[in-house]
Amino acid sequence: MTFRKYLVLAGVTVFAAAGDSMLSHGMKQAGNVSLHHLQNLFLAVTNPWVAFGILLLLAFFASYMNALSWADLTYVLPATSLGYVLLALVAKFALHEQVSPLRWLGIALISGGVSFVAGGPALTSHHQEPAKNILADSPRPSAASANTAHAVSIGVKR
Amino acid sequence: MRHVYTWGGILIVVIFSVIGDILMARAMKQVGDVHEWFRRSGLWTVVGRTLSNPNFFLGVSAMAVAFFSLLFSLSWGDVSLVAPAAASLTFIGNAFAAKIFLHEKVDRRRWIAAILVAGGVALLAG
Repeated sequence: MTFRKYLVLAGVTVFAAAGDSMLSHGMKQAGNVSLHHLQNLFLAVTNPWVAFGILLLLAFFASYMNALSWADLTYVLPATSLGYVLLALVAKFALHEQVSPLRWLGIALISGGVSFVAGGPALTSHHQEPAKNILADSPRPSAASANTAHAVSIGVKR
Repeated sequence: MRHVYTWGGILIVVIFSVIGDILMARAMKQVGDVHEWFRRSGLWTVVGRTLSNPNFFLGVSAMAVAFFSLLFSLSWGDVSLVAPAAASLTFIGNAFAAKIFLHEKVDRRRWIAAILVAGGVALLAG
């Protein structure tokens, strides 16, 4: 894991939390959407909160795909869930909302779950990828072949 | 009747979220480490490789369906039920699906994480 990769995971978390909260704020202003009033759905997009929320969710999407290119789905998803913790902390300390004991328990559970995953490897599945720079994260085939390649190149030099 | 709508909506959201996540994860594994591609051949190679992957488009479509069914469900049911139920069931569903379809090694550590996170999300979003 490089610093840049941690930055990508942070982006996934922050953009998801910010985008979701803006979208939910905007949709509350836009009102109900039903099958009989489908046009309301498209009107909702013209709400600035909804529009900016969608923009942030696009940023989330880009970082999410970036993360999925070098880490397992079951590694990236818990990282995303830290966004919920972030939202609760923002609600408590920035918006001065009441955070109930049950929600603090929720924060503790998510944080515990994330720390469980963070201790393990980021990548366990292996696909036909250009195994060049994933040596640091995947222990087996790529590292072994890279070592062999290194040894061969040394051998050739001598 | 309202409950049927609400839980039906939640189920549709969960199914399409899981399908979308799995397809997207598969697409990006086929694309390969984007940091590596970016360093070697620049941004447009990354964008081109991603956009030319069929799984990417299938995944985006599934996610779009999930997104709009979430909007519908939110207008039918209470946010305090729909949001946490959909989010936490998606976590569990993804852990199963990643093991089956992506051959990820979902070991005990990751199962515990998935269950803790699903429980935490249910409490937090509720």
